[in-house]
Amino acid sequence: MDPLILSRMQFGANISFHILFPTITIALGWVLLFFKLRYNATNDSAWMRAYFTWVKVFALSFAMGVVTGVTMSFQFGTNWPGYMQKVGNIAGPLLAYEILTAFFLEAAFLGIMLFGFRRVSNRIHTLATVLVAGGTTVSAFWIIALNSWMQTPAGFEMRDGVAHAVDWWAIVFNPSMPYRLVHMLLASGLTVSFLIAGLSALRYLAGDRSESMWKALRTGVFTAAILIPIQIFAGDQHGLNTLEHQPQKIAAMEANWNTGPNVPLVLFALPDEAAKDNKFEIAIPDGASLILRHSTSGVVPGLNDYPGNHPPVFPVFWGFRIMVGTGLLMLAVSWSAAFFLKRRHSLPRPLAMLMVPMAISGWVATLAGWYTTEIGRQPWLVTGILKTADAVGPVAGSHVALTLAIYLVLYVLLLIAYLGVLVHLALKAAKDGDSSPLPGVMNAALSQPAAGE
Amino acid sequence: MTYDWPTAMPLIFAGLMGLAILIYVILDGFDLGIGILFAVAEDAEQDTMIAAIGPFWDANETWLVLAVGLLLVAFPLAHGVILTALYIPVFVLLVGLILRGVAFDFRAKVPAGKKHRWNRIFFLGSIIASLAQGYMLGVYVLGLDIGPGGMAFGALVALCLAAAYAAMGAAWVIYKTDGELQKKAVRWLRTALVLTALGMAAVSLATPFASPRIFDKWFVWPEMLYLSPLPILSALLFLWLWRQTFHLPKPDDRGALTPFLTLAGIFVLGFAGLAWSFYPYVVPDRLTIWQAASATESLAIILVGVVVVLPIIIFYSFYAYRVFGGKATDLTYD
Repeated sequence: MDPLILSRMQFGANISFHILFPTITIALGWVLLFFKLRYNATNDSAWMRAYFTWVKVFALSFAMGVVTGVTMSFQFGTNWPGYMQKVGNIAGPLLAYEILTAFFLEAAFLGIMLFGFRRVSNRIHTLATVLVAGGTTVSAFWIIALNSWMQTPAGFEMRDGVAHAVDWWAIVFNPSMPYRLVHMLLASGLTVSFLIAGLSALRYLAGDRSESMWKALRTGVFTAAILIPIQIFAGDQHGLNTLEHQPQKIAAMEANWNTGPNVPLVLFALPDEAAKDNKFEIAIPDGASLILRHSTSGVVPGLNDYPGNHPPVFPVFWGFRIMVGTGLLMLAVSWSAAFFLKRRHSLPRPLAMLMVPMAISGWVATLAGWYTTEIGRQPWLVTGILKTADAVGPVAGSHVALTLAIYLVLYVLLLIAYLGVLVHLALKAAKDGDSSPLPGVMNAALSQPAAGE
Repeated sequence: MTYDWPTAMPLIFAGLMGLAILIYVILDGFDLGIGILFAVAEDAEQDTMIAAIGPFWDANETWLVLAVGLLLVAFPLAHGVILTALYIPVFVLLVGLILRGVAFDFRAKVPAGKKHRWNRIFFLGSIIASLAQGYMLGVYVLGLDIGPGGMAFGALVALCLAAAYAAMGAAWVIYKTDGELQKKAVRWLRTALVLTALGMAAVSLATPFASPRIFDKWFVWPEMLYLSPLPILSALLFLWLWRQTFHLPKPDDRGALTPFLTLAGIFVLGFAGLAWSFYPYVVPDRLTIWQAASATESLAIILVGVVVVLPIIIFYSFYAYRVFGGKATDLTYD
């Protein structure tokens, strides 16, 4: 295979594996802060038990995020040297600010957050939790700014074939940036709330009825139930923004081959790029026109307007459907769970069993969404400025293939180990329940549990 | 040479990048070294050794991201050339760093029966990452020569750097522990020092002959005179530290941090020598820092952030090391 597609697969594999963990830590930092503040306010030790259970998940996810993040900083040079040569003047500062303001903030204060209970005052420890949560969020801000700029570049000019910054405000707050940032932060919130709800449901199924389980379960379910409708609305706005700035991506998402009015909403199809047609299509008449233009006769852009300049249709079409389908499932599950918790103060067994695999539904939706938007940017690396094919490095295809294979094996093993540890932690917490010895008393009231507890 | 912004900016960033690499090598050096020493430590000792680096390693490794990040954003041309030439070693380094990074957490969270497996992975990841860094340094010193000679030199530097990291690790254990483990660490330090000294001597002798360019930079009058303190001071520090190892640990744990600081001093001297060998090239003999630099106005934007953030980072790094100062015995990594 040629180095281009192999490099794309390798970068895709690396960044997909990486994004799993920031998606968790961005929102989990705030959830931990919530647990901590509830404990500070109520003095109810169940909140602190919930904190201790989930701070372990945070530490593990953060470590996974750091080591895969180190990989990312090398990948630009090893696989895509053309990228920084062309747009380094703009991507450089954004990446630098990501590293400077955020990465360090998280990494340095994480130590105090995880191990500092006995060594700093409660106030400093809460402050460290705030800074870590804030750091992950600021980190996301800069990376989303850069990614959005690659989608919808603004505020620059080309001199001698190299992009130079003209207006930094326009670069950072480029047309798609606010929408993408909100969409991603909400995705992180949903991922974490379903993870917490799912692992708490596992504890519930294992017979755990402790207060800390209920508290975590309610936090997860209610957060998910609140966030999912907001996310559906934000996603719709993001789609309309894409229609305005990247219509060819919308055409591929809807598998709409011809521009025109009364475009149906395709529910299922196998897009065939050679025949420029959909096979086995199931569609709602006028649906796409109605959603995108709010009128049955609204004109929706088709792929025929962008010959040779539109993304591959099949992965974009299906990535989008997997994301939306998962989102609708999240809506159904979180609202029914919220109903039972609110009205019946219990959880039916079948629903709990459904919630356990739904623990990773956030990952599925997030990855599907990113595939939609990133593959949807092709054939461009930076829309209108740099084609992906022109940025690839001079590395032999065999080297890329070999390293790609080892990365994949490593990632599969790590993912199994990670999920295994999550289940192990949940079952251990279920066994201990509210009898788990609270770490420390008196002056060490907030210390970490000792090993083996 | 005129001193305007387009001239000064790449110099400033080369300095910042050098600083980040130096801090990384010293800080991650000790925790990689502790990973290497896992091979000779017992179970209970391993827990204490992890506790000695637990609160720091995340931040330590972030300096590597900053160093590579500065190379990426300030010298994008060089980033591309260097990392495509070192494609496979970079990959090996990353696999090593991934393995050891996740082993930190997994070894503490998996069921007790599986802990051994993660201890082994922690050792493997640490030694792989150290060797890969040394190999990359060696190949880079010879101007990204990836022929048999370059590979042999790379292997030599790899072993030398791994030994140096092990010495750093042992020095850190001396600082952070007491009792039997501390005494054991003194013996580790002595062994690692011998290996490091042998390696450094071999590398110092081989470098000028392997690279005529570096030979020309060092063995000309009067530069030779100005540069002579670097090797002489390094040798004296080595000898002094070697003698110290026969008197450690001292009563009341006096000077427990001295071996670490001495080693850090040797690293600084060695780094200064390397920097002199390369200046003004960022890719040896191919790209100077001015040829490889980003646009001045983009560097200026980054510099604003660096000037604001770097002092804060350094301040709270000191704060974190103070918070977690003292012996590591009462800290648990869970």
